[in-house]
Amino acid sequence: MSSDIYKDIILDYYRNPRNFGDLQDPDVRVKDSNPLCGDIIEMQLKIKDGKVEDLRFKGRGCAISQASASMLTEAAKGKTLDQVKALSKPDVLNLLGIDPGPTRIKCALLGLKVLKLGVYGFLGQAVTDDVKQLV
Amino acid sequence: MEKLETINVLKIREDFPILKRHVNGKPLVYFDNAATSQKPTCVIDAMDKFYLEYNANIHRGIHKLAEEATVAHENARENVGKFINAKHTEEIVFTRNATEAMNLVAYAWGRTNIEKGDKIVLTIMEHHSNIVPWQLLAQEKEAQVEFIKIDQNGFLRENEIQELIDEKTKIVCVVHASNVIGTINPVKDIAKAAHRVGALCFVDAAQSVPHMRVDAKDIDCDFMAFSGHKMLGPTGIGVLYGKRDILEKMPPFLGGGEMIKEVHTTGASWKEIPYKFEAGTPNIAGAIGLGAAVDYLRKIGMQNVLDHEKQITAYALDKMAGVKGTVVYGSKDVNRRVGVLSFNLGDIHAHDLASILDEDGIAVRSGHHCAQPLMEFLDIPAATRASFYIYNTKEEVDVFINALEKARKLFDR
Repeated sequence: MSSDIYKDIILDYYRNPRNFGDLQDPDVRVKDSNPLCGDIIEMQLKIKDGKVEDLRFKGRGCAISQASASMLTEAAKGKTLDQVKALSKPDVLNLLGIDPGPTRIKCALLGLKVLKLGVYGFLGQAVTDDVKQLV
Repeated sequence: MEKLETINVLKIREDFPILKRHVNGKPLVYFDNAATSQKPTCVIDAMDKFYLEYNANIHRGIHKLAEEATVAHENARENVGKFINAKHTEEIVFTRNATEAMNLVAYAWGRTNIEKGDKIVLTIMEHHSNIVPWQLLAQEKEAQVEFIKIDQNGFLRENEIQELIDEKTKIVCVVHASNVIGTINPVKDIAKAAHRVGALCFVDAAQSVPHMRVDAKDIDCDFMAFSGHKMLGPTGIGVLYGKRDILEKMPPFLGGGEMIKEVHTTGASWKEIPYKFEAGTPNIAGAIGLGAAVDYLRKIGMQNVLDHEKQITAYALDKMAGVKGTVVYGSKDVNRRVGVLSFNLGDIHAHDLASILDEDGIAVRSGHHCAQPLMEFLDIPAATRASFYIYNTKEEVDVFINALEKARKLFDR
């Protein structure tokens, strides 16, 4: 583990999270936590024509979890639901620009899990094991 | 005038080979002792010797090895009993850990003594292990669980001790030393308050027995639990102390071999205490290792252990006060707390801080420390915790303080 993971960009998203807060009348509202450390992420999505029209997140936790969730909201905006379902761990690491290592990877993936739970929930589909196992 | 070191820490460190390790290229600074302590060579050797020279199952064997193993196992029990000044050796029940000891009492004593409408009194600073078994029991029996709260210095509110422990109360469960804020609780007074209303008192001594002289007879609690691995012993061995007459009246916890007198198709009868509560082949090597740990601590002297940790804690508190933005939870009075310092630094989340400290080879814990009701009461989602033991030094505290400054600068940029 190295403090290199605290790159300027991660601290910037931690301090000034993009898409933070609530949506008016979201189509989906979903929340999950990391039981190991208590990090919490909630996401609210507005979905139109099979695409993520808008989304917001709220949460509490470490810089890695909050920054990655914020980055994901930017990445997911405008994407089709299939595209969001296809997002994976490498995509998150790509956004962060670092690999936080085995002890912190779950912090980085909490936002992705919540986002996917939202999409599966909206579609009324059973959540796949790979999503459940993200965190 | 500063008190002179009463123990030779450098010599003690020689007994712990793991302390020579480097982590991320830096000498290991092990400040996660409240989670588990490191083990001296004598403990590891004692367990090795069992496996290498006289490994056998205990109690029923007639052969030489079985006899030697049984003697070693029972000597460990006697040793542990003397260490906490139990009146009788059979008041020491070996369990897997402190958690199992609490579950044993909640199950075996609780299910025969708690009825609808009864009260179980806990404190807000209990570890989850001293909350959840009682909640499960209360749910089953429709009993009430109530919590004694703390003041702004982290001490239990005296008036709540008096008011909450009432005629409906059947048991009072209290942690001796908090694993989050370090507070040493007045367990003797609480036991007295419990007995006054005819209730029992259960003391969670997981964070006290490793660090100070604990006298079960003097405290006069009815049950006490602690873990071997937090007091230089191995994992997988814990202790339940219970007053003899109470243990004798309790039904068994787990059923199986080792705990029965006779088994017939129509039923079974139990062995006497403590064996009644020790079903199946126990952790023989673990008990022997714990016995060796007790010998080691006794040789150093528990007053010396406590004095050393007080010095380290006072030094750390003083230095941490100089790191801008640091908030340490609990009392600053080292005479009323153990060497467990939970803190936050500015808006740096505990997990981020633990990562940064790890980079400098410093092992601390971060999160809710299995005490979510306390964290909610303090209104903090997480904290970083540094906890000390006999082998920690002021120089290590200096390394820790430098790392805190580094973290502050990293996040302040």
